[in-house]
Parts: sequence; C-alpha cells; structure tokens
Amino acid sequence: MSFWDRLYLPGLIKGMLTTLKHIPKKKFTYQYPEDPRSVEERNDRYRGVHKLPLDPEGNVKCVACFMCATACPADCITIQGGPAPEGWKTKEGYQREKYPEVFEINMLRCIFCGYCVEACPEDAIQMTGITLPQYFRERQTEGEVLGGSRKDFIFDRDMLIDNNDIPEQGLHPNS
Amino acid sequence: MAAPQPESKIIELKPFTDEMIVSMGPQHPSTHGVLRLELKLDGEVVRDAIPHIGYLHRCFEKHSENLNYQQIIPFTDRMDYIAAMNMNWGFCLAVEQLMAKEEGKFPGVPERGEYLRILIGELNRIGSHLLSFGTYGMDIGAFTPFLYAFRDREKILLLFEKICGARLTYNYIRVGGVSRDTPPGFMDEVKEFIDYFEPQIDVYNSLLTANRIFIERTANVAVMDAEMAINYGITGPNLRGAGLQWDLRKDETYSIYDRFDFDVPVGRDIPELGVVSGDCWNRYKVRMDEMKESVRIIRQILESGLPDGPVQAELKAVRPPKGEIFSRSEAPRGELGFYIVSDGTPKPVRVKAKSPCFTALSALQELSRGLMVADIIAIIGSIDIVMGEVDR
Repeated sequence: MSFWDRLYLPGLIKGMLTTLKHIPKKKFTYQYPEDPRSVEERNDRYRGVHKLPLDPEGNVKCVACFMCATACPADCITIQGGPAPEGWKTKEGYQREKYPEVFEINMLRCIFCGYCVEACPEDAIQMTGITLPQYFRERQTEGEVLGGSRKDFIFDRDMLIDNNDIPEQGLHPNS
Repeated sequence: MAAPQPESKIIELKPFTDEMIVSMGPQHPSTHGVLRLELKLDGEVVRDAIPHIGYLHRCFEKHSENLNYQQIIPFTDRMDYIAAMNMNWGFCLAVEQLMAKEEGKFPGVPERGEYLRILIGELNRIGSHLLSFGTYGMDIGAFTPFLYAFRDREKILLLFEKICGARLTYNYIRVGGVSRDTPPGFMDEVKEFIDYFEPQIDVYNSLLTANRIFIERTANVAVMDAEMAINYGITGPNLRGAGLQWDLRKDETYSIYDRFDFDVPVGRDIPELGVVSGDCWNRYKVRMDEMKESVRIIRQILESGLPDGPVQAELKAVRPPKGEIFSRSEAPRGELGFYIVSDGTPKPVRVKAKSPCFTALSALQELSRGLMVADIIAIIGSIDIVMGEVDR
C-alpha cells in the first residue's frame, strides 16, 4: 500500500463525490404517517384490515359457512352462526338460512395471509388497503389512543361491517 | 474455561490479562437480529465466541404438523423474512416433488407460473443481497451504502406489493404455481427497475467494494477455505466466496433455470488488494456479483416475455402420497432444504427445514478465534445471517 493509499483520502473523496451528486436530485423519502402517499399507492391486492361487505339490501353477505375460519392458518376467526332474520333474501329471492351472530377476528393473531378472502365462496370477506396502525389512527376519537389493550384488537362483526366505508382498495376475490 | 496460561518463568515477558466474558447481544444492532455471542476476551483479542441462539424460536417445525400444506406457506415467509419468496418457493418445491411421486397426482407447474417464480425469486435475491450489502456497510462504519441499498430495495418491495399485496410476508408462491397473475403494466415496471438498477451496481461498487477503508477491514479477515466450508456444510455465497463453484440453480437444476444463461461468481485471490479467496471481502463480493447475474436472468425473461396460460396448476387437493422427501433449492443465503414426511393426510407428519444461516453461524466460532472484537462484526455481516431462519 502506497503512502497515498495509507491516507485513505481517495476513498473518502470518492465516497463524498457520489454522495454530493445526489444532493440536487429529487428526494426519495417521504414522511410516513403525515404524508398520505403511502396509503394512496395501495393497490387492489393489498392485504390490510378485513371488512365484511354487504349485499344490495344492506345485509351482511356472510352466510356463516366457516370456510374462512377453516382456511385460517392462525386460527383467528371466530364465527357463531344463527338463523337469518326474517326477510333476509338471497340473490335468487329466497329466505336466507344462516347469518353470523358473532363474527370476530383477533387481529393480534391474524397474519394477513389473505387465505380467508380466497376461501370465501360468497365473496363475503374482503380486505381493505389500510394497515392496523392506520386503522386505529382513523378510528380513534380525540384524546383516545386505540391499540393500548388487547381488547382493541378483537374486531367484532359491527366493526368489520363499518370498515366498508374505508375507500382504499384491498384484496378482493377478483383482484 | 481458563485461558491457556504461559509457563511461570516467562509470565513477566508475556503477561496475559484476565479472561473476560462479554455478552454481545441479543440487542446489538450489528448482530442482525437477536443473536447473542458469548465472547471470551483476552484484552481485545477474542479467545472464543459462542453463539447462543433461540431468541426468535417460533416452533415453525412443530407448528407445521398441525397445519395443512397450504397453511404452512405463510409461515415459511417468517423464516427468512428478507427473502420470503424463496422460502415459499423452497417449501412448495418440496411439496410438489412429494406429490409427483404418485403418478398423475401433480400435473406440473404451468409455464407462466415457472417464469413468474423465477422472475420473483431473482428479484427477491437482489433485494436480499441489497440488504446484506447495506447492513454490512453500516456494520463496518459506512452509513451511506445502507441508505442507497434501502432506497433500491424499496423499489423491489413496491413491485412485490403490486403483485401480491404485501411488502414482507408475501405468501405468493403456492403449491402448483403462484397465487396471482401479474397486474397490468407489471412487466414494464420490472423493466424500468432493471434499467435503473443495473448501473446502480457499479455505484455500489465504487461506494463500498473498492473503498480502501472497507478493504482494510475485510480483506484477509476470517479466511474460510473451501475444505472448512464443506466440512461445516456451508452453502450459498459463503461457499462460493471460498472459491468453490457450487450453485444448485446450475448444478442441480430445478424449475426452469436450465433455460437461462448465467454465471456463478466465485471468490478469488486479488494480490494487489490483499484479498484472498474465502475472506470476508470475497464473501461480500460474491453477493455483489450475484446481483448482476440475477439482473441477467431477469433481462432474459423480459426479452422472451412471459408465456401465456394459467399461473397455477389445477389441483383437486394438496394431499401428497405416503412417503418422504428432502428437497433443496438455492435461496439467497444458501441451500434451503425441506424434509417432509407425509402419511397421506392433508397434514404433514414432520417438517424439517435445513436452513443455510444455521450452518453458516456454526462456523462463526472457528472463524472468530484469535481475531479482534471489531472483526466479529465484520464476520457476522459477511456470512449474512437472518436470525428468523436460524431459529425458525
């Protein structure tokens, strides 16, 4: 190694030159929670928080067939089926047989693999394009911090139905 | 264990300090996860380094016995979370080979599925090597390469997010093919990325590979010759860094790798840099060269274009026949093996994963003896371990 190499100056200067070249260029980073770009870029395959879509009459599509709970590798879906209320019609106009009295997803267990969406024969469970932290940030009221206790992570049927108003596209069967 | 004590008459001439035991980790930023090293130090010299593993143990193998074959795939994501696509692939390959043992059980992966697997697998290899390159620079003391590597890895992750909907735990490659076809315009984006990325490799090389300070830290440090590497069962870039040309993609071709033209980079002696084959620098350089080869493979896919057709074979059920299989594939960190015993039911009786990082970590003790503490960091970075895969 020559004296010049021993100074380590060429290495330093070369490195600095590459760095300096990038200073006038456009920034690649963005401020994650404040900058909404990260959410807008989500596509229709993104595996986020679940939702239970409604049929045209406004009733929950789910027929409590347990396919999603069976397919779930993390065993995070709890369903309790019951006879559907009078007047709930199928697509063909018959009285529906079953609906989920209890539909809970334990988000602490969920690994967001998307198998429930693939398994569902009725397209009655889909995913939104937002992650859990984003979900909590959107849902919490002033002065409240969601996600502080385990109870906050157990999403019941009504919460999952409410997720239908989340506009971002997530995983659905046709994607 | 007491340090080797010199004879009493020369004790004044060569005084040994007391042996000190230092616990490095598990929360050390440069141990790449939760690795704890029990260092026996004599001053600054490492007399022994005993790796303590298991901090990230999640019972993957036992847990798999209670799941059916499809359900295990998302858990393989969590083994090597840097290269989750290749983990998916390795497991699916094992299940497919097991199913193919019975005549007519497995129709074979469709052409388009195979192409997509290779495209995604090689993209993930680039992503994994980028992370390895970036963190290695950071361990050694160069922060800039880390930012560069993560900037470009982000582009790969965005591509993956478009095709499978997740950035880290993809669950994309399934038994019989891949889960989803490409979204519109995906191949153009891959082309755009590759066009951007290929010249970037030279930027990385000018940033870190040829950097004098980096060479000083890594050249001729912890030399692992080919014989030692074979004795320890080391595979992947660590073995190729020792100068041995062994790559399952070429030597034991699986999928359709035999249709692609690529080289297997190996480590070599470069006297003017003071580099010898099998040292930290060569293990690092092999990864840099492999990125170029991956780019070459992806370019060939882009030129030929994806064939038309389905992406997944139509399987009635994933229920391999009674029997057992050991299948291996070339993950970015080495040979990933899966040993599966089936009794003909939808759930496996036993799943054993042979992880490349575990064997690489086992050589750490011998590699680090007699070196300085700072060299340990250089070794851990150069063997490129992911603790999720070591502990499973």
